[in-house]
Amino acid sequence: MGMTMTQKILAAHAGLREVRTGQLVECKIDLALGNDITAPLAINEFERTGAEEVFDRDRIALVPDHFVPNKDIASAAQARQMREFARKHNITHYFEVGRMGVEHALLPEQGLVAPGDLIIGADSHTCTYGALGAFSTGVGSTDLASAMATGRAWFRVPPAIRFELTGKPGPYVGGKDVILHIIGMIGVDGARYASMEFTGDGIASLTVEDRLCMANMAIEAGAKNGIFPADALATGYALERAHRPGTAYAADEDAEYIETHVIDLSKVEPTVAFPHLPDNTRTVQEAEALQIQIDQAVIGSCTNGRIEDMRAAAGILKGRRVHENVRLIVIPATQEIWQQCVHEGLMDVFVDAGAAVSTPTCGPCLGGHMGILAEGERAVATTNRNFVGRMGHPKSEVYLASPPVAAASAVAGIVCGPEYLSKEGATE
Amino acid sequence: MKLKGKAHVYGEHVDTDVIIPARHLNTTDPSELAKHCMEDIDEGFVARVQKGDFIVAGRNFGCGSSREHAPVAIKASGVSCVVAESFARIFFRNAINTSLPVIECKEAAREARPGHDMEADLKEGVLKNLTLGRTYAIEPLPPFIQELIEAGGLVNYTRARLEKK
Repeated sequence: MGMTMTQKILAAHAGLREVRTGQLVECKIDLALGNDITAPLAINEFERTGAEEVFDRDRIALVPDHFVPNKDIASAAQARQMREFARKHNITHYFEVGRMGVEHALLPEQGLVAPGDLIIGADSHTCTYGALGAFSTGVGSTDLASAMATGRAWFRVPPAIRFELTGKPGPYVGGKDVILHIIGMIGVDGARYASMEFTGDGIASLTVEDRLCMANMAIEAGAKNGIFPADALATGYALERAHRPGTAYAADEDAEYIETHVIDLSKVEPTVAFPHLPDNTRTVQEAEALQIQIDQAVIGSCTNGRIEDMRAAAGILKGRRVHENVRLIVIPATQEIWQQCVHEGLMDVFVDAGAAVSTPTCGPCLGGHMGILAEGERAVATTNRNFVGRMGHPKSEVYLASPPVAAASAVAGIVCGPEYLSKEGATE
Repeated sequence: MKLKGKAHVYGEHVDTDVIIPARHLNTTDPSELAKHCMEDIDEGFVARVQKGDFIVAGRNFGCGSSREHAPVAIKASGVSCVVAESFARIFFRNAINTSLPVIECKEAAREARPGHDMEADLKEGVLKNLTLGRTYAIEPLPPFIQELIEAGGLVNYTRARLEKK
């Protein structure tokens, strides 16, 4: 029986020629990641293991991004605990405020990811790196602690679901719409424990940013990981950023899939996930008909805070003003993206439109800070979760959407797509 | 060891954001986390929960964020066991690693109502709803996971391995 991309990467890191679905394997890990919320718990557990040193100071990434710049005294103490650990163990990839970014935007950008790598992170969106043909998955703090001590982690070899992408996406349709469409189709536990393997000719029309966004949200279908083949685009990105091509693993022709879905990208429409689950999806046109008024729009996060997302949002906002009843918060995901926004004049577009632009942080995505919602308030966000209370009060609401939809909604004051703005009477 | 307590019943897709909202993640102290366990979907939970009680839920319990604070908060609140139709994978892994007993059992999850008396014996592989007089067979955990639990969780397992070196 052939193997999937994921199974081949697990086999290679377990030192085995072959692995089968359901098998328990111990793998060498190439990189272990923690942040200012999960690393403090992991550091406590690391110390309980009795380890005196980390397994490899070059293979651990610690990123303060969730509650930084420190939102309160308790958060400051957690950030300090991680900083002190990084200093004590001389961790190479510790990224201080002012040099950091939202972890899953930062790591690929900083060249810490290449095809064929095996990466674990104490953050559920660690699955993002599958966009570059890596196996990456979220774990808890105790798993991170053990990995920091031993450089190894246990996995149950997952089955896979194949998503064969065909065609080209239409205007204002990107990775976010495709992945929301898929989650809407299979449900928030539709890929529970499985790999989501994206294949097909349609991949060629997806940018690296589209793929990062899609792999990022594999967890919202319950998946262990999401993965794309490492094609020329992914390998080129890795060469440019990581200065190494990595190893491209292709699925065997006779690899086993528990399900296959064919998705014609040309038929995917701009898609919005209504409260309170990411699978509660409608097309943006259906949303427009409901005239859902919003109080806030957030454009950023590990899902959609990359330069292409900033450009897409600015493309809509240029020459327009944010609706008088809406606060628009734009959060470029890394320092590099932030500066690129300056160079390209996007910052002027945002500020001229009446948006607030933040330093990189996860901030409002998880209801941390920088844009918390009051009772009854409603936001459109390019983030990844719209659970009860996710962005603030338990009686607030989050609608998940792409950067063009979030930008258009900020202008119109209701949940809508860019094309709505050009319709008669919709613009100011 | 027998686990015994009353059921607190929830629906499908209970996510880790409602188990412990992110606004409380500026601490790792289990007793502080326990004060806010389930507060966004069940305000009365913390006042009502008694030592030994069970959380019983539908599909995909613990979906969302990888925060290990979720099983930590549940355990520190006094809950002795979580029974669900199914679990999200990171939560399941974290529960094992932090030694919070978790049992996947469709029938038991569907039949339990708030306040039912539940009992589990993990060694014997038996789950009971005493109020209904029902006994359920529990799907055994994979042998490796049983080994991990017997070692006292992942940290103790790792410590033993480091000492062997």
